[in-house]
Amino acid sequence: MKLLKKYIFPILFLAFVGLSYAFDFASGKQIGLNFWMFFKEMILFLPLMFILIGLFDVWVPREKIEKHIGRESGWKGTGLVILLAMLQAGPLYGAFPFAYILWKKGCNIRNIFIYLGAFATIKIPMITFEIGFLGLKFSLLRTLITLPVFILTGYIMEWYLKDKNFEVKQP
Amino acid sequence: MQLLIIITACCLLVSVVANARKTWIGVKKGLTMFLNLLPILLLMLALVSIVLFLIPNETLIKYMGKSSGIEGWLIAAFLGSIALIPGFIAYPLCSVLIKSGVAYATIAVFITTLMMVGIITLPVEAKFFGWKTSIVRNALSFFAALFIGFLMMIFL
Repeated sequence: MKLLKKYIFPILFLAFVGLSYAFDFASGKQIGLNFWMFFKEMILFLPLMFILIGLFDVWVPREKIEKHIGRESGWKGTGLVILLAMLQAGPLYGAFPFAYILWKKGCNIRNIFIYLGAFATIKIPMITFEIGFLGLKFSLLRTLITLPVFILTGYIMEWYLKDKNFEVKQP
Repeated sequence: MQLLIIITACCLLVSVVANARKTWIGVKKGLTMFLNLLPILLLMLALVSIVLFLIPNETLIKYMGKSSGIEGWLIAAFLGSIALIPGFIAYPLCSVLIKSGVAYATIAVFITTLMMVGIITLPVEAKFFGWKTSIVRNALSFFAALFIGFLMMIFL
């Protein structure tokens, strides 16, 4: 019963798509196809990501991470999270769990948000795609402009959350 | 994707050889988090597929193609904030937009909000950061995207 309650919206949605197919409702069928496209992307990607995060959690000691990207870390720590973000791939909601584990291991607030910014906008797999479609000049310029802007927003978030008992929760 | 499968498989293998019990704890922990997040993720994907249906590429081209300057940026930022389009669709779309006369700066605003601001993903984000922080982060990123557009216009 509890499980049913938790999944009530997805079930209603699937019922809608199912009925759309039964009654040949074109709009509903298109929405169903869209859903399938996103679902396929997520259903393999996220569990693997979470397995990696779980392994990271049990193997990597907090002290090690905290030393490099924690409260006392400076520019080197920021550089490290940016590099880490650039090497990853996938949609932004895939980065939230990683932000959680970084937080748990002692990453500071500023670096958490700089990590999210870098993940969203300058991942290398995405940049190569961008260069292909929009050209090297555009991508390079966008990256060079975006980077300082998101480092700045990291500082603003840190300043805003300073006295607010901020925490990244485990889902 | 294949790379992620290979990396995960290698990490699992090394981990199991080193300490099977620890590995099991880690995997269980990761998958528990995934299962806790799954209902809201499915809800989000359902919303995303409805929005993608309601705002097809033609609509994006129509609205962004017509406007320019500040108005164009605002429209691009707004559309980018509601839409959640994977990169492999977004970039071909952007190159079509440019061919139909949309300025590079506007495209930069669209891409940045698309990647950085997610109104539909807010419920997922709030699970981690809480509602208030998530809203502040998205709002800040929205303005950051407009600022990036402004700088792009100066430099291009």
